Amino acid sequence: MKMTKLKSNRRTFLKRAIYAVLSLEVLYVFTNLLKKNNKDESGEGMFDAGNINFIEKDKVYPFGSAHFYLSRMEDGGMLAISTKCTHLGCTIQFNNNKDRFVCPCHASAFSKNGEVLSPPATRALDIYPISIKDNKVMVDVHNPIRRNKYEASQLTYI
Amino acid sequence: MNTSGHSKAITKLLLHLHPKKVNSQAIKFNRTFGLGGIAALLFVILFISGMLLRFAYVPSVKGAYDSIIELQNEVIFGQLLRNLHYWSGMLLVVVSFLHVIRVFYSQSIYYERRKNWLYGLLMMFIVVFSNFTGYLLPWDQLAFWAVTIMTNMLSYIPFVGDSLADLVRGGNEVTETTLLRFYHFHTGLLPLIMVFLMSIHFWLVRKSKGVTVQNCEEKTMLDTHPNLVYKEVVVALIVIVALLLFSMVIDAPLQEKANPLISPNPSKAPWYFMGFQELLLHIHPGFGIFVIPVLVTVFFIYIPFINYPELNVGKWFNSEQGKKITIITVIYAVILTIVVILTSEYFLDLREWMPNVPVLISTGLLLLLLYFVPAAAFLYYLKSNHKAVKIDLVMALFTIIITAYIVMTIVGSLFRGEGMHLFA
Ligand code: HEM
Ligand code: FES
Repeated sequence: MKMTKLKSNRRTFLKRAIYAVLSLEVLYVFTNLLKKNNKDESGEGMFDAGNINFIEKDKVYPFGSAHFYLSRMEDGGMLAISTKCTHLGCTIQFNNNKDRFVCPCHASAFSKNGEVLSPPATRALDIYPISIKDNKVMVDVHNPIRRNKYEASQLTYI
Repeated sequence: MNTSGHSKAITKLLLHLHPKKVNSQAIKFNRTFGLGGIAALLFVILFISGMLLRFAYVPSVKGAYDSIIELQNEVIFGQLLRNLHYWSGMLLVVVSFLHVIRVFYSQSIYYERRKNWLYGLLMMFIVVFSNFTGYLLPWDQLAFWAVTIMTNMLSYIPFVGDSLADLVRGGNEVTETTLLRFYHFHTGLLPLIMVFLMSIHFWLVRKSKGVTVQNCEEKTMLDTHPNLVYKEVVVALIVIVALLLFSMVIDAPLQEKANPLISPNPSKAPWYFMGFQELLLHIHPGFGIFVIPVLVTVFFIYIPFINYPELNVGKWFNSEQGKKITIITVIYAVILTIVVILTSEYFLDLREWMPNVPVLISTGLLLLLLYFVPAAAFLYYLKSNHKAVKIDLVMALFTIIITAYIVMTIVGSLFRGEGMHLFA
């Protein structure tokens, strides 16, 4: 009696183990299939934001189609700020009167260097790496950098 | 040819979904309110109308929106077809939800029905997921931003959130990959899964000898045909006519074509996710999108496996006392939820007050406690002053959760305007 019970337990255990392994296999293959389709985001792609001499200090320039704003500080340092709100991903807009970025979706606001001025967002806006080549401002629009706060080291100078 | 055995073979097969005889109590309308059957009917309507829509719909960023416009303006009955599909989809979410509520409060999820409760929860998830994947397909502003917001909500799940969101979208933004992916889920995989799950679901109902009844002593058995079948036909016809009339009068919404550069103000998730979005306005996302949903899901799964000494299977609210307790719990939960929402909206600024405490504690744990402590105190009060037994307490907890979600859904969808401000 005891023997049979043990045996059937072992059998159910084996059965369950096989089911579990099979399901994991299917799940693994399926997630891979989904991943396969992902576009390669980290491609080469430098966006030419124009000649540095035309970019004035203490101004914010929109590059809507490339999803960033170029913000130049008073001291000449530059940031390429992503337009994607860090709350739930809406597209922020620069408000000239209030001198800040505002998100239309749930009213988060960000300063000119991307720091949170009012919630619900909790994280500063992402930035893109900037490099300067032959006086041209080149923005690497494929590699956003996450950050929690603004730090002076994020600025790019000539 | 011997046709007598064959001529009605299909009809007979369909009738085999039912047993030959049914308990007279089981077919009273207020036993099930026909909710499961209506859900099944809606699925069939969605299946047929969806298959037709596929002939007009073009699943690409370039073609999707225009194909919907063309369907509405150029195709005869095109608008009606779209409306019918849209409203049936919305109604299916509502009806499935009510069905869950019905089986729960009529104590129909215990013992041999446990398994069906689990399959039911899975189907509820798939119904919502089906609706959500369909929501994106028209590729208008409403669709685009609702899906953007919803998938970004996923990315708040600790550790795996970002990769999960990228997996769902097929990239870090909503693009054509997302559209195709949703299209295949919506018109391929999910309906197929639904057919399997529904078959299992119906079979398990039969295996438990039909739906529960209030009084299991009394066993007057009636012929299924016509007693039950006629009722089903009448309900089905009423639902079909009502849906058709509704779809003739009220058009499914369609906004401007999706524009990733401009977000509408305010942007909202689909209404059935507004409870989540409301929750996220108050509490740390780690809690709102992960801790609380996981706890609630585990609780829902666990309910039928608890051992209740005082269980009356099939009895609405388990007893008269259970009914009374449920009613006061609803009232309490409505008031508590509104008070907590208003407090957190207008008086609390935990992050400002406690700048040195991690936000996970200040706007996460503390806010959860703000709700949890009064709720627990209320359960304790039920236990000591109303002599609530175990099943009553579990019902009360379920009631609080459901009521809170409904209140948050209403506040989020109806009372928030520009910038998601209250009463704006
Ligand atoms: C069973 C097979 C189904 C098929 C073949 C199907 C097919 C389709 C197609 C082709 C569309 C795009 C056309 C359009 O947007 O109007 C669509 C939209 C939609 N579907 Fe389905 N569908 C099915 C089931 C469901 C279910 C079960 C639900 C909800 C629970 C649902 C909810 C929706 C919604 C909300 C839309 C968006 C409608 C709109 O805004 O126009 N569908 N479906
Ligand atoms: S998405 Fe920007 S505030 Fe919510």
